[in-house]
Amino acid sequence: MKSYKKGPHPRARGPDIRGAGNIMHRFANPNRFMRLSQRAVPWFAALTVVLLAAGLYLALVASPADYQQGETVRIMYVHVPSAWMAMFCYSGMAAAAAVGMIWKHPLADLAAKSTAPIGACFTFLALLTGSLWGKPMWGAWWVWDARLTSVLVLFFLYLGYIALNNAFDDPARGAKASSILVLVGFVNVPIIKFSVDWWNTLHQPASIARVEGPAIHASMLWPLLVMAAGFTTYYLWVLLVRMRGEIVAGKIRALRLRQVHGL
Amino acid sequence: MDSFSSFLNMGGHGGFVWPSFGITVLVLVVLLVTSLRSLKARESTLAKLRGGATETGRGEATREA
Repeated sequence: MKSYKKGPHPRARGPDIRGAGNIMHRFANPNRFMRLSQRAVPWFAALTVVLLAAGLYLALVASPADYQQGETVRIMYVHVPSAWMAMFCYSGMAAAAAVGMIWKHPLADLAAKSTAPIGACFTFLALLTGSLWGKPMWGAWWVWDARLTSVLVLFFLYLGYIALNNAFDDPARGAKASSILVLVGFVNVPIIKFSVDWWNTLHQPASIARVEGPAIHASMLWPLLVMAAGFTTYYLWVLLVRMRGEIVAGKIRALRLRQVHGL
Repeated sequence: MDSFSSFLNMGGHGGFVWPSFGITVLVLVVLLVTSLRSLKARESTLAKLRGGATETGRGEATREA
């Protein structure tokens, strides 16, 4: 009984890596995480509500119509932040998966697992709003070009990760197998980013993150940035809620195991 | 009222603009609500498991599970 309560987390054993590992293990304590996240959640919730309320007003009312695209340009304010978050979430998942594999950080695997459904939702939204924007502007719901296809692959990578992660009875084995998938699939992220430069496409090239500065007027840039900030705080909010859920689920699993073994 | 209907019309592209925003809000709200509800459900399960273990002793708790 003692061994269940005290001592390092079972996954925290293994090679003792000093230095970076030490600093990270200070934040690896799930109880500390539960305390910190409980305080952070209301702040992320409030920030999300304020930013998205302001962002939606700016996007739908205050910003001008485009001189070429007319009112359809407003789709950009949900499409572009969704696409950014789709890549951001996947990069975060890959980083968390790497930390989980190398340092056996007990929260890293939970962060990757909790990010996956959020990233999948953002990817779905990027594809769907892109389709709704493509029909009036390109005359097609879908084209099999490099940008659209690589984002579709990203969506399937998310679904594959979720399926593989849930395919094992032992969560640690599921985390390991799906971590490998997410790291191999990371090659897709630079392909998405540079697809508009490498191949001919209907999709427009990057207009914000450019060496020359954003190729977009401030009246449209600000609504876009406020929406993107709101999507980011939304992600952090839901991420913390889901990670808390995973930790509680782990405690339930441990308690049931103890009961089954009559401890 | 005229300005409101032209706002809804979105220069003839209301059928593309509004679903984009509507579905985005819907998906994000559903994901948030399911995440919060799953956390609440797990927290109450954990509280029950812990309560059962301390109040009724191990035997009861084992049978419950």
